[in-house]
Amino acid sequence: MAFSKVLFTLLVFSGYWVRSHRRMVPAQRSAQANLSGAKDAFKVRLSLKTALGDKAYTWNENEEYLFKAMVAFSIRTFSSREKIEISNVLLCNVTKRVSFWFVVTDPSENQTVPAGEVQGAIRMNRNRINNAFILNDQTLEFLEIPATLGPPTEPSTPIWVIIFSVVFCLVIVGIVLLIVSGIRQRRRKSKASTEMTDVEDKCETMVTIENGIPCDTLDSKEGRTNRAFAAGDEKLTPL
Amino acid sequence: MSSILAADTLPGDPKEDERPKWDNKFQYILSCVGFAVGLGNIWRFPYLCQTYGGGAFLIPYFIALIFEGIPLFHIELAIGQRLRTGSIGVWSTISPYLKGVGIGCLFVSFLVSLYYNTILMWVMWYFLNSFQSPLPWSSCPPNENRTGSIEECQSSNTVNYFWYRKTLNITADINESGTLQWRLIMCLVACWMIVYICVIRGIETTGKAIYFTALFPYLVLTIFLIRGLTLPGATEGLIYLFTPNMSILQNPQVWLDAATQIFFSLSLAFGGHIAFSSYNPPKNDCEKDAVTIAVVNSMTSLYASVAVFSVLGFKATNDYWDCLDRNILSIINEFDFPDQSIQRDDYAACFAHLNSTQPDRMAHLQLRSCHLQDFLDKSASGTGLAFIVFTEAIVHMPGSPGWAVLFFGMLFSLGLTSMFGNMEGVLTPILDLHILPRSVPKEFITGVICLVCCLSALCFTLQSGSYWLEIFDKYAASLNLLVFAFFEVIGVIYVYGLKRFCDDVEWMTGRRPNLYWQMTWKIISPLLLLIIFVSYIILITQKQPTYESWNPQYDDFPVKQEKFYPGWVQGICVMLSLLPCIWIPGMALFQLINRRQGKGKNPWSEPYSDKPYEPVQD
Repeated sequence: MAFSKVLFTLLVFSGYWVRSHRRMVPAQRSAQANLSGAKDAFKVRLSLKTALGDKAYTWNENEEYLFKAMVAFSIRTFSSREKIEISNVLLCNVTKRVSFWFVVTDPSENQTVPAGEVQGAIRMNRNRINNAFILNDQTLEFLEIPATLGPPTEPSTPIWVIIFSVVFCLVIVGIVLLIVSGIRQRRRKSKASTEMTDVEDKCETMVTIENGIPCDTLDSKEGRTNRAFAAGDEKLTPL
Repeated sequence: MSSILAADTLPGDPKEDERPKWDNKFQYILSCVGFAVGLGNIWRFPYLCQTYGGGAFLIPYFIALIFEGIPLFHIELAIGQRLRTGSIGVWSTISPYLKGVGIGCLFVSFLVSLYYNTILMWVMWYFLNSFQSPLPWSSCPPNENRTGSIEECQSSNTVNYFWYRKTLNITADINESGTLQWRLIMCLVACWMIVYICVIRGIETTGKAIYFTALFPYLVLTIFLIRGLTLPGATEGLIYLFTPNMSILQNPQVWLDAATQIFFSLSLAFGGHIAFSSYNPPKNDCEKDAVTIAVVNSMTSLYASVAVFSVLGFKATNDYWDCLDRNILSIINEFDFPDQSIQRDDYAACFAHLNSTQPDRMAHLQLRSCHLQDFLDKSASGTGLAFIVFTEAIVHMPGSPGWAVLFFGMLFSLGLTSMFGNMEGVLTPILDLHILPRSVPKEFITGVICLVCCLSALCFTLQSGSYWLEIFDKYAASLNLLVFAFFEVIGVIYVYGLKRFCDDVEWMTGRRPNLYWQMTWKIISPLLLLIIFVSYIILITQKQPTYESWNPQYDDFPVKQEKFYPGWVQGICVMLSLLPCIWIPGMALFQLINRRQGKGKNPWSEPYSDKPYEPVQD
């Protein structure tokens, strides 16, 4: 099954290869004209299936007519040669790829338009030529004509600066809150310790007192050092 | 009379009531897990697994875990919990001559904090740049006359260009320091402020932050795992990762790398775990904690490697398809076949047929041979994995900005939890030393430490900063930690005494350590550490150290140029390796001189020599 599939593919390829070579015959007449101006000819390559997938159109003579029209338009606007007609743009070596060579002749001077002019014209109108065929720089390639890349789109403030400012502000607010709450906590603690001693003085009169000591404080398990005796050592006369 | 009433509030209360405490046990476990689980689990373990024969690497890894990782970890947790001070206090208590170990640990924690937060600075930069579509590292910027992309970007690729030029703006040589990069300085300041806000009041604040920062990475790893497994090519990556190659076990390098990986992965000998467990209540089952945390750390490494390798398998498959597509395009253009007439599956047959019928035209094309295996072999570890390989993989995933945000957010959380441990390793000993009066608030001390670290780390924002970070990574931590871990085991088991230590553990956990613990503590772990240390020294001194520089003028660019470190840099490497260790003999000598000079002065009159909790059966 797999072997027959491979064989079929190979047969199809060899068929394409033969057919593309056969296609050269009717164009041979204009090819001779091309050969003389070969130095001013450019190769074009289109990748229709890659660009459009299922919606790809077939490359036929009508599409070639549109292409010639776009090239003639470009030359006219770039170098203001008003006598250039669609018939002055010659295509040859059209393959199934799709790729072909083209050259532009100027009837008034009876020679080909120089390569530099053609290059300049195509570069200037590249966007419109691409759009006419619903393709882009990678799928409609003019070999040896460098593309003009669009300028890099940078917003006025880069996005990372915006996100950074947000994060930074949040962190600063957090730090300030924590420090302020820490200061407040400390103030409350010192206030509470001074208040505690005041409250104890007040409680003295209300709590049952035994021998001058409130009863509830005697409940502590560890016992309490009786300072009266502990401090008494100093009063004893040394031996 | 009122003086008697005030007796309840006498300042005779034990100091330990003022010591901060964990809110609950889960916070403590999360902090230790977060400290242990770090960036190494994501970008070091999968690389080792893949390089050392996949599933076969797990054997030396688990052997090292059982005989080296868990015993050492248990010692650290137990000793911190028992003595309830940071690393300097612990070592002073065990023996004043070993106080240098504590100070050395402090130094190493400081040095590691410096460069670890620098990595987080890079992660933050990528994180901030992920909020845009298309991602900035997905395309090359155009050159001046806009005829094509910038040369440097064209010859290497877009992610390399973004990392080396747009982020680091790297120089070609470590001697050329270049200028400070203001973008990186901004990110550095932001990172240190985030660290400050989390450690501002010690474990009071880290305990709250840890709930998010320790659990978020697991969530993201799960999301990446699910997404990764559904990508095309993921299974190839996983099969490649886990196919065991048993013959690799004969290579001693594998065992050495497994042991070092376990050691550094658990973040031992930093003093951070000692600090964390010192805030525990005294009667806490540290044995169960040690085993749990170590196992969780290893399981996380495995989990992460599955997620990472499914994404890397996808990337390798994508690269393989790109290679095929490029070859197919060359053939189609050369032979003028119709567009898209050769599918990827037919490529091999077509290639063979054309080679036999038109060999000279095919040779002229100079096609690169494409094998999936070659692309799977191109692995990376460290910053290369995160910032180059993974970012490229993310560009090909649908919805890339979201994945980039998640990925770098996860890396930041992972790094942040490890930073908490590092900072605790610096803070707790300093606070316990009581250098500053008690009236100075903790927020001020933490602020000063963070400020000093931030200013010192400015050297990594130079254009040559990434070369310096490599030096710190290689020399500041590795050797010193091995030395400190060795002294840790020897100090606790032989100086403090194995019997005394086992009594303490029995008092804390209710069970006496069994034969496994005693054997590993007494013999196996110290021996393993010694072997690793000696092998490390041999490996480092075998050849002159080199580094790889990114040099666009190099002939073989984009391959990195290997250069030798200049003399002064080698001097700094030596200093970094020795400076923390020097404290051990230094302090021992200092104590010896003090003892000899202080006749009549009690040499044990230091704040840490009184043990606050005596065992019940003393």
